[in-house]
Amino acid sequence: MIARKLLSILAIFVLLALALASCTTPTPQTVEVTRIVEVTRIVEKPAAPAAATIAPAATAAPTPTVAPGTTPRPARPTPLAGQKRLDFIKARGKVVCGVHTSLPGFGYLDKDGKNAGFDVDFCRAVAVAIFNNRDAVEFVPISAAERGPALQTGEIDILSRNTTWTTTRDAQWGNFVATLFYDGQGMMVRKATGFTKLEDLDGATVCVTTGTTTELNLADAFRQRNLKYTAVTFEDTPSVFSAYEQGRCDAATSDKSQLAAVRSGFKNPADHVIMEITFSKEPLGPAVPHGDDQWFDVVKTVAFTLINAEDLDVTSANVTDMLKSTDPSIKRMLGVEGSFGQTDLGLAKDFAVNVIRTIGNYGEIYDRYMGPKGASFTLDRGLNNLWTKGGLIYAPPLR
Amino acid sequence: MTTAYRPDQRLSPVQWARKNLFSSPGNALLTVAALAFLFFVLRGLIHWIFFTANWEPVSKNFKLFFLGQYPADQVWRPGLMVLLVAFLFGLSWGARGGTVRAFAITLAVGMGVLGLLPVSLEAISLRLRLWFLANPLLVGLGYLAGRRLVRGVRPLVIGWLLAVLASGLLLAGVEGIPWLPPVSTNVWGGLLLTFVLALVGIVASFPLGVLLALGRRSSLPLVKALCTVFIEVVRGVPLVTILFMASILLPLFLPENIRIDRILRVVIGMTLFASAYMAENVRGGLAAIPAGQYEAAKAIGLNGFQTMLLIVLPQALRTVIPAIVGQFIALFMDTTLAVIVGLLELLAIGRSIVQGNPQWVTLQAEVYVFIGLLFWVFTFSMSYASRRVESALGVGKR
Repeated sequence: MIARKLLSILAIFVLLALALASCTTPTPQTVEVTRIVEVTRIVEKPAAPAAATIAPAATAAPTPTVAPGTTPRPARPTPLAGQKRLDFIKARGKVVCGVHTSLPGFGYLDKDGKNAGFDVDFCRAVAVAIFNNRDAVEFVPISAAERGPALQTGEIDILSRNTTWTTTRDAQWGNFVATLFYDGQGMMVRKATGFTKLEDLDGATVCVTTGTTTELNLADAFRQRNLKYTAVTFEDTPSVFSAYEQGRCDAATSDKSQLAAVRSGFKNPADHVIMEITFSKEPLGPAVPHGDDQWFDVVKTVAFTLINAEDLDVTSANVTDMLKSTDPSIKRMLGVEGSFGQTDLGLAKDFAVNVIRTIGNYGEIYDRYMGPKGASFTLDRGLNNLWTKGGLIYAPPLR
Repeated sequence: MTTAYRPDQRLSPVQWARKNLFSSPGNALLTVAALAFLFFVLRGLIHWIFFTANWEPVSKNFKLFFLGQYPADQVWRPGLMVLLVAFLFGLSWGARGGTVRAFAITLAVGMGVLGLLPVSLEAISLRLRLWFLANPLLVGLGYLAGRRLVRGVRPLVIGWLLAVLASGLLLAGVEGIPWLPPVSTNVWGGLLLTFVLALVGIVASFPLGVLLALGRRSSLPLVKALCTVFIEVVRGVPLVTILFMASILLPLFLPENIRIDRILRVVIGMTLFASAYMAENVRGGLAAIPAGQYEAAKAIGLNGFQTMLLIVLPQALRTVIPAIVGQFIALFMDTTLAVIVGLLELLAIGRSIVQGNPQWVTLQAEVYVFIGLLFWVFTFSMSYASRRVESALGVGKR
């Protein structure tokens, strides 16, 4: 009797396990390596995780409204088929946002263990737009490999995790909202060497993380110019820069924002320079799951509001005074007169006031983490300046 | 020329050194070389620990290391959990003595020392000190209560089971109770999460492993085949793959209305993985039981189930304790692989601290040494406990 029960339980376990096991695809295992490779090596791109295109997930009734600050039940059901994600989020009481937890400036844990950074503040801006509460966000730490599946299954409402906008990702993962940060790969060298351009690095050793597009871009950049170099590859970022600082390579390469971040942590930041050259395009921006145009538009509108607010010189400090402004653009943005479609999207007429007051405009968010007195590091705005000031940051008008 | 000593003779330190370290010119040379080597290594190490290393990323982030992003105003919950465990250790020590004694004393003394560390109140706040000092107090109270009140093992087992249940409720919270708001597993992290992953994995993989081992030795062909295939397939796949599958592929394959908690996905993956290895360990123990035991059991009229439960399993499990504990220790350390699926367990928190703060990016050695030390403390405790259990059960003596 008991034995039979035991056996049936066993059988169920085994069947389950088999079902699981049958879907197994061996993945290259990560190993800590420090090896020296010649430039001619062809680096394999890491296999794209689960390329299966899945319709945005649906079903399951929304959880009852929960007071902000507490959390709904751990399993986050996704919206019902046909249900608007915005309505679902309003019922849930918070926005679920996939973020980075170890990237200075963009997504990291501050000294209290709270999520902070440029990408994190964008999520907070969306939360303020909907709930007028900067803490109505649930942050989900997402690894690089999980980004796609998390969007495809609709588990997260926004992916705001330093993600480069590429056409494949746009097709497979979800909709990219806007480019909020123009990054690109750069090269850092010691000032004493006097190197200023890639040609100076002919025959040099370069420290780089392995298995990333960074390594591929490096190879391309040198091959285009017919230059030779020796790559010293490492599994993770700290190792790359420790090795560089200890003098094991002549140069280190990574995204420029990262180079600036790491340089600020060196003992003598002034001894290192980041070369002028940028040899890759890395437009970074948030993305939302496919299949809900309203939600896509809501997030886009929040992004455009942040940029327009800087364009119109409306800041968290002066937003209350600006309510009395006579400029029709400002009046419209702050909901004093007219409309720019915010109510059609299901947002409050004056949501922009709340967002700017609590989070600030685009420039304020940038400066908070990467400005002259930034919490993480200092990076010249460069391409990320407003279009009126020689940068690429531009948003459609709010009207 | 070596001096002879009586086996039971008590040696003076000089005699001991002569016998063990300088018994021949070759040995003397080796001893001197080893001492010199130790001296240089230790000197470098101590110099690094006290002068070169900058422990700021560790000392400023204790809360992150131990609890991750657990809400600061809810920290009392894991705190209460530890106090509960301290009391139960005291209780078990008082009632049973033996194996738990060393743990109870280590816990009490360690916490007591931390509470009385002669550093400023800013480094360790008064509340934290009181919490540290409450631990030895509760161990003591538990000890007294255990000696006076507890008879037999049953109350202890019930106590520990209740503690596990209470801990789960405390950590996760209950919807509807205002002073115990639910805390999403997304903010569980650090050592807390490492413990949750390891404990759930260990506790769940053990019975599953035993069942699989029995199934593999079953005389029913279907059960036998299924168990064998499961064990061999899981053992043939790296844990990283299973974790990736559980956290990335599984959600894509599941029906749209079923979402499994992120931590649960990892726990399930680790449990399935560990249970396959556990099954093979247990099978080794089963194979070591001589046929005479089965026949004797049959002779006194036990049926198959009773034979297994009362005669074979107890002996089989006893023989494989070292292997099982080795497995548990491996599982405890394998929890660090959760870092690649985005869970902020101890190692991932360390990474976040090092990489997320530019001023600390070159101080990774300090952070990883600290994490290594924490892991060593717990794995060493586990292997110590296993040795105590082995000697209590007389493994290898019969």
